[in-house]
Amino acid sequence: MAASLHAFCQWLGETPLSLTIQNVSWIIPTVQSIHIICVSILFSSALMIDLRMLNLIGRSQAVAAYAARFMPWIWYTLIILLLSGATLIIGEPTRSLENPSFQLKMVLLLAAMTMTAVIQRPLAGNTAYWDEISRRKALAKVVAAVSLCLWVGIIFAGRWIAYTNTAGD
Amino acid sequence: MGLDSIFQWLYETPLGTAIRENGVLFPWIESTHVLCITTVVGSIAIVDLRLIGLVWKRRRVSVVISEVLPVTWIAFVFAATTGFLLFSSNAVKYSHNHFFQAKMSLLVVAFINMLIFHGIHHRNIAQWDDAPKPPTPIRLAGGVSILVWIAVIASARWIGFTMSAF
Repeated sequence: MAASLHAFCQWLGETPLSLTIQNVSWIIPTVQSIHIICVSILFSSALMIDLRMLNLIGRSQAVAAYAARFMPWIWYTLIILLLSGATLIIGEPTRSLENPSFQLKMVLLLAAMTMTAVIQRPLAGNTAYWDEISRRKALAKVVAAVSLCLWVGIIFAGRWIAYTNTAGD
Repeated sequence: MGLDSIFQWLYETPLGTAIRENGVLFPWIESTHVLCITTVVGSIAIVDLRLIGLVWKRRRVSVVISEVLPVTWIAFVFAATTGFLLFSSNAVKYSHNHFFQAKMSLLVVAFINMLIFHGIHHRNIAQWDDAPKPPTPIRLAGGVSILVWIAVIASARWIGFTMSAF
């Protein structure tokens, strides 16, 4: 499994596209900066929703109002993050795909996207879903806390990629 | 006396040395720093976009500010603290790095922009609090703020690329 991943990374790293990304000096820093700016947008949007669900801000408005405001920013920014991330993976396959921090980041990302859907789905059928019953309000706090921890974990794992890099560059 | 000697002193303190030499301390502090910066910039962007009149137009500006800025300030305190710790680990070199200098200059610009906003425009906020599109000077302040903070992130990322390993 690891051997075929390694072979794939070797192959990818020698494609013209990958070589271009590696050798044109401003591409990786620029794409990384875009990636980080998008992280700012996404994390702050998730933070606002989670702070509302934790009942720490905006108590005069329903959770659904906060979700309606900030969820689009999460999903649209995720698209840009996936595109910029893919560029970075293509440019440095081993540094990403064979890196335990990156692998952890992807697992956490799947979990965070799932949590975001868990928050959003019930609101489609019932905008008062997270507000109406006290037990659900308690559950909302747990869901929000888990969601926040996951996004924070993703940011940490992302930074640690540089420190657990086996590509030796 | 010179800044270099102050920074050299900082570099040689037990704290600066520990961060520099410990294999995990720098990454953990740096990750926290990144988390804080993204929170500062993202939260300010929410306020700025409201000031520009692009989002949340039916919500009072003062309400948006009162809900978001506490997050910004808390994150900024931690960003500055972790930033100082990172700086102390290699103070002289960072101080000579052009992107670090740019980042610090941009922070000053952001701070001045904020002072102008709070000192002048915020005074008469009652007049434009409900406006979906606030008056032009306020929209300008929001626009400048977003551009400056994006530049802060870019310059910060470039510090990493231009500091040779120590």
